[in-house]
Amino acid sequence: MHINITKYYYGDIPDAGNNNTHESTGHSTTSSWPLWEVFIRSKQGLDHKHAGSLHAADAAMAIENARDVYTRRQEGISIWVVESQYIHASNPDDAEMFYEPASDKVYRHPTFYDLPDEVKHM
Amino acid sequence: MTLHDLEKIFQAKIDQEIKIEPKDWMPEAYRKTNIRQISQHAHSEIVGMLPEGNWISRAPSLKRKAILVAKVQDEAGHGLYLYAAAETLGISRDQMIDDLHSGKAKYSSIFNYPTLSWADMGAIGWLVDGAAIMNQVMLCRTSYGPYARAMVRICKEESFHQRQGFDALLVLSKGSEAQRAMCQDAINRWWWPSLMMFGPKDSESTNSDQSMKWKIKRKTNDELRQNFVDMIAEQIKLLGMTLPDPDLKWNEERKHYDFGEIDWTEFWNVVKGNGPCNKQRLDARRKAHTEGQWVREAAIAYANKKKEKSAAA
Repeated sequence: MHINITKYYYGDIPDAGNNNTHESTGHSTTSSWPLWEVFIRSKQGLDHKHAGSLHAADAAMAIENARDVYTRRQEGISIWVVESQYIHASNPDDAEMFYEPASDKVYRHPTFYDLPDEVKHM
Repeated sequence: MTLHDLEKIFQAKIDQEIKIEPKDWMPEAYRKTNIRQISQHAHSEIVGMLPEGNWISRAPSLKRKAILVAKVQDEAGHGLYLYAAAETLGISRDQMIDDLHSGKAKYSSIFNYPTLSWADMGAIGWLVDGAAIMNQVMLCRTSYGPYARAMVRICKEESFHQRQGFDALLVLSKGSEAQRAMCQDAINRWWWPSLMMFGPKDSESTNSDQSMKWKIKRKTNDELRQNFVDMIAEQIKLLGMTLPDPDLKWNEERKHYDFGEIDWTEFWNVVKGNGPCNKQRLDARRKAHTEGQWVREAAIAYANKKKEKSAAA
């Protein structure tokens, strides 16, 4: 018997020869919970940093879920959540033009200035 | 810009090790491959909770029970990181869940084997998580940013999974005759399925390897499998147990262990849905989803009511 083998990776399991019936579970998707972005402050004095996203019915549930999903090992002491639909982002297609004004201004960096070694504390 | 130009820019980014982010242009096939791989990886984490969940109420001590609960909880978390990563590519959570429940999407076949004794908890941690870690460490450098970031988080948490498994087996290996026999039996049953987790041999691959070119994957199945065999063949000596492979032996010339042929008929049988627990696993997932439906609906109804109230006030 010839078996047509296609390569697959962990998490990437082949479809070939699938005997399962493709019945749909048929649940409506209208009740799905909104998506939230999660930001976590890992310790006092540091910024909140984007950790990932999750679904929740409301903000209180989003914070509780964020605690369970993203801070199981004391990764955080403060959590922010914001509904993903309220995030506005710059467009990656415009990146070149958008950030171009900063690219030729080396004099904004301290290393641009070549001072004599005798100058201390600067 | 033509499609060809966009593809060239895309490949140039990959070649320069620049990560691809959700809003960047990407070839449709790259998007599809990632959706498929990430969602099936997520399903594997979620279904992977079932074989171990089977032993939570029967763990031999409170310590082992607490460890097992923590591990299973991690797996739920890993599934969620990965679902979220897949969603950045434009597929909905509901669609992914539906694909799992209908049998359209797959999960790792290893979870279609039963967990017959307590020693299986050790063998799964050591062998199954050990094999998964080989893949996952490589995937920390995958080209799609959200997938790579999820993998970094997962790898950090996963190493305890393997260590607790080896630790559990080590205790059994120093125990009574019955405990030693149970330990060896679990290793015998999980060894070959663990090797199958790496997928078919490279030489059997019929398609040109686009996933390597796109750096979704960076090592071949055979490379990873060999690394795994070399690692386990040494570690098992510490347990004083044996691996069920008469052909396993050190090859001085290759500086690797040689090992016997995998039973690919069994592999394809389980992939096709005829493994010992395929039906049971999917039934359990469907049941959990169906029985949770009212909770999801109630939560959204409650959230809407609260919103209305605060708007009226």
